Amino acid sequence: MPGPGNRAAVRTKGSLKANRNTIGRLLGYVGKRYGVQLVFVLCCILVSVYCNLQGTMFLQNLIDDYIMPMVTAHSRDFSPLLAAMGRVALFYALGVLASFAYNLTMAFVSQGTMRDLRDELFHHMEELPIRYFDTHAHGDIMSLYTNDIDTLRQMLGQSLPQIINSSVTIVGVLACMIMLNIPLTLLTLLMVGVTLFVTKKLAGNSARYFVKQQNDLGRVNGNIEEMMNGQKVVKVFCHEQESVEEFNRLNDELFDSANNANKYANMLGPANAQIGNVSYVVIAVAGGFLALSHIGGFTLGGLASFLTFNRSFNMPINQVSQQLNFIVMAMAGAERVFALLDEEPEVDEGYVTLVHAKEENGTLTESSERTGMWAWKHYHRESGTTDYVRLAGDVVFDDVDFAYVPEKTVLHNIRMFATPGQKIAFVGATGAGKTTITNLINRFYDIADGKIRYDGININKIKKADLRHSLGIVLQDTHLFTGTVADNIRYGKLDATDEEVRAAAKLANADGFIRRLPQGYQTMLSGDGASLSQGQRQLLAIARAAIADPPVLILDEATSSIDTRTEKIVQDGMDKLMKGRTTFVIAHRLSTIRNSDCIMVLDQGRIIERGSHEELLEEKGKYYQLYTGKIVNA
Amino acid sequence: MLKIILGEVRQYKKDALLTPLCMILEVVMEMVVPLLMASIIDDGVNAGDMGHIYRVGLWMLAAAGVGLFAGMMGGKYGASASCGLARNLRKSMFAKIQTFSFENLDKFSTAGLVTRLTTDVTNIQNSFQMVLRMGVRAPMSIIVAMAMAFYVSPRLARIYLVAVLVLAALLFAIIFLVRPIFDTVFKKYDDLNASVQENIAGIRVVKSFVREDHEKKKFSDASGNIYKLLLKAESILAFNSPIMMSTVYLCILLISWIGANMIVGSELTTGELMSLLTYCMNILMHLMMLSMCFVMITMSMTNARRISEVLLEEPTIRDPADGVTEVADGSVDFDHVFFAYGKDAEEPVLQDVDLHIAAGETIGIIGGTGSAKSTLINLISRLYDVTEGCVKVGGVDVRRYDLDTLRNEVSHVLQNNVLFSGTILENLRWGNKEATQEECERACRLACAHSFISGMPDGYNTYIEQGGSNVSGGQRQRLCIARALLKQPKILILDDSTSAVDTATDAKIRKAFREEIPDTTKIIIAQRISSVMDADRIVVMDNGRIHGVGSHAQLLESDAIYQDVYASQTGGGTGDFDEKEGEC
Repeated sequence: MPGPGNRAAVRTKGSLKANRNTIGRLLGYVGKRYGVQLVFVLCCILVSVYCNLQGTMFLQNLIDDYIMPMVTAHSRDFSPLLAAMGRVALFYALGVLASFAYNLTMAFVSQGTMRDLRDELFHHMEELPIRYFDTHAHGDIMSLYTNDIDTLRQMLGQSLPQIINSSVTIVGVLACMIMLNIPLTLLTLLMVGVTLFVTKKLAGNSARYFVKQQNDLGRVNGNIEEMMNGQKVVKVFCHEQESVEEFNRLNDELFDSANNANKYANMLGPANAQIGNVSYVVIAVAGGFLALSHIGGFTLGGLASFLTFNRSFNMPINQVSQQLNFIVMAMAGAERVFALLDEEPEVDEGYVTLVHAKEENGTLTESSERTGMWAWKHYHRESGTTDYVRLAGDVVFDDVDFAYVPEKTVLHNIRMFATPGQKIAFVGATGAGKTTITNLINRFYDIADGKIRYDGININKIKKADLRHSLGIVLQDTHLFTGTVADNIRYGKLDATDEEVRAAAKLANADGFIRRLPQGYQTMLSGDGASLSQGQRQLLAIARAAIADPPVLILDEATSSIDTRTEKIVQDGMDKLMKGRTTFVIAHRLSTIRNSDCIMVLDQGRIIERGSHEELLEEKGKYYQLYTGKIVNA
Repeated sequence: MLKIILGEVRQYKKDALLTPLCMILEVVMEMVVPLLMASIIDDGVNAGDMGHIYRVGLWMLAAAGVGLFAGMMGGKYGASASCGLARNLRKSMFAKIQTFSFENLDKFSTAGLVTRLTTDVTNIQNSFQMVLRMGVRAPMSIIVAMAMAFYVSPRLARIYLVAVLVLAALLFAIIFLVRPIFDTVFKKYDDLNASVQENIAGIRVVKSFVREDHEKKKFSDASGNIYKLLLKAESILAFNSPIMMSTVYLCILLISWIGANMIVGSELTTGELMSLLTYCMNILMHLMMLSMCFVMITMSMTNARRISEVLLEEPTIRDPADGVTEVADGSVDFDHVFFAYGKDAEEPVLQDVDLHIAAGETIGIIGGTGSAKSTLINLISRLYDVTEGCVKVGGVDVRRYDLDTLRNEVSHVLQNNVLFSGTILENLRWGNKEATQEECERACRLACAHSFISGMPDGYNTYIEQGGSNVSGGQRQRLCIARALLKQPKILILDDSTSAVDTATDAKIRKAFREEIPDTTKIIIAQRISSVMDADRIVVMDNGRIHGVGSHAQLLESDAIYQDVYASQTGGGTGDFDEKEGEC
């Protein structure tokens, strides 16, 4: 299969070093938010481990101090044993309480972190410039929320408390072992060394395959997403067999790497467990020898205790090594999540804001109420004064150059002006730069050279949110959101009343079909409005723009999927909508553009002709050619 | 449901069976160790018999060796069984989806199918592995440990039996409480992901309406809801370990007390007491694993249900037995056709459509948004089946054809057409696998795509990105037409397939059709009247019914809708300005 194309993947390569940084960052992330809780968890774990050790100690004393004396002395005085049991029962109870407390807290911490991370991911994503979405495959961004966050859930919910618990246990048990017998402790540590060596070997193998598995998984997911989207085309072309074959090939590769990754990961547990058993035997033999020879006052009870410790020592080590795979996977996930969080958000250095205004004695002043009149509030730093400029919709392009990538300029020396209420149309082949121009007005992209002025203000000085509020936009690819039809129209003005929603729908001629829907305006839409036709979706998009009531409208092929008959009816609404507003229209239908005040003919990023329909026909240039080209062919 | 999922284990059945067997062997070895240990303490250490310690020690090493082998093999088989199940599930689902009709596909959304093939399968894979390795191992361990305990001291072992039963009851209670919460959470997760998807796709809308904060709030609310539910579930689950620990500690205390009494009464040795306590720990550990298994199974039940939905879905359109494999000619007959999406639809989308198209005829179809133009032609290649009446191609009911035959002879360019990642040539060869470069070029010339393809740096080997995002709308449409032409069909259907192509090129494509493939029946849906004006006959659709049929001149005379459309598009030229490109 040929290369992955020029779309950057969110995927990153996981090296161990990078992993270490990611671990630190992730722990820092959790620590910053839930530091107190984590300290509490740590305390609880300490208590719980301590209580556990007390229990183990009791078992040692049980034989040596309580049972043996009774057996040897034949005295049936059970009261010391009863007292000791009472004491240990208290420890047990405390241990249970502590463990319950930290489990509960950890659930709170891990779920909270997951929520925060999800929220932050989404919040940050909303702030990213359009450019990011242009250059990253949508399926790949999506998988951050599903696959990658999920790996973190496992790690935070289980691996993290497990590791804390294990580490504390290891330290505690080690201390106890040292107190009991130093040579045997050294022997145990030697066996731990063997465990670590084996773990490194096996984990290294499995990590290598896990990386391959993630890549194969990505490829399979990519194929699935593409083929499911094109499934209807597959049917029409009877291409089922071929897609199955291609899929099976990728699927088999995934099986191969997943199988190997899991195989080595699975072997880790039993290998370490049996090394633990060997360690047990070694200690038993060595300890037995010590106890029998009475070297260093080592007793049978001591050996029994030490063997229990040996078990308690190996168990957490095994548990940590088994969590290793989850951690490797979670780190890969966290790295991808952090990669998005590290993306530069859209910068907004604008300071000119849009405010309600009222006019008194010929001067504009700011108003706290809705007046229906808007003004740009322009604060001048040098003079310390504030200007109010009435929002009118006057747009000027002054010698604008633009490039998506620095070396490839797509717009050259664009000069144009639109006075309030004018209708400006762009005409030209795909790739001529029509949509690009409109994307510059709302600052989806920033220009390379020149100036764009809005009501006389450089748009770089206007706050992006306020700038975009003043622009209404209808795109060719309509996107709707899950919610009712009314919700979708209200998207343009969140506090719109039902009457306003209906009025906007009527204006866009959408009222008719909406009322025929099963639940009318309350019909739920999902999956980008999949239950509606292209044309109906465009009508909704027009209603959505209409309700926002902006002074400037950008219509990018807004009626391309509406049949001409309906368009004629919509056109009335559109004309009403465009009245008194500056409108930029991109369309390939003559009926849509003919009555424009000015038509710009674009060719390869340059405006090559401009003028009204009649003027351009007079000119007998490119526009004339395009126009008459149709006549020739009709 | 589980039967269906487990049925997919197929060739990995051996591995799936060997895994628990290996696990059992490992467990037995694990249990033998404390027994040998007791022997070391009682008969070795206490009796001062070092030789016995060595002998039993060797036995223990042997047991560890066998345990290691069993554990490793168990791991290996467990991996291949679970990964194999995942592979088979994906394969079967993918193959099953290929048999789906459009109606089936409409029922499951694209996103729904993608999740089922990815996340759901991964979850099943993980749980299956867990169950194979732990689900058998844990109860086995418990049973073996119990048996050992009974062997050592039936009286003390009874305490374990009671404890295990009490624990099991409590664990089930917890799972019973948690499961419905998880079910709800997974549904909410789907919704959350759907809303992320919408935001990514519609980011321009979000930004141009400055609705970032609105969306953020919506997301935070949804995510907060999930958080609350999950926290509730996890809080209930947090009772798991204290309950278990309490039970075990209680057991230890009881055993210690009774054990001490028994030792004093010489009914029990100290070594036996130690191994009883070890078994107690063992039972605890495996109970924990068992409860984790239950949680995993509980959670993956939802996944299993979603997967089996796909595997059980009956394709609504099937190949007939002994389907006709020859299409006589390109004639199409609609005999009083009614059609409704779904059985419960109130009003049929198509009502009493009666239309007869001769082979080689060019038919234009025009009509308003929602007038059921696409629905009508979708019936020809049997993308949907009629509700009433019948559709015939070449004089034979489409339901009697072998589907591949029918769809190869009826080439359909869909309204929402898709190109796939791959070179242009690879995309074109969807129409005909064996097509030569020359044949592909010929088709592209017919579709007026050759000139722009030749203008690309890599020509026919230009790589098309997923969904064809690196070619323009008009170029995409022309490539789709070329792809359809390569089938050399008897009937060619264009569903609004030139809407992004300029009028001049559109006319050239139609001219090429007329001259180069005169015998092919051509059915063209369009919004532009110029696209259908020169057709032999034009069908005007309105609200699921045929409003009028006739030539351009006839309709202009008699059909009110047609007159209306014509008037709206002409009146001084109907020029289109997009996509104007050089010679074709």
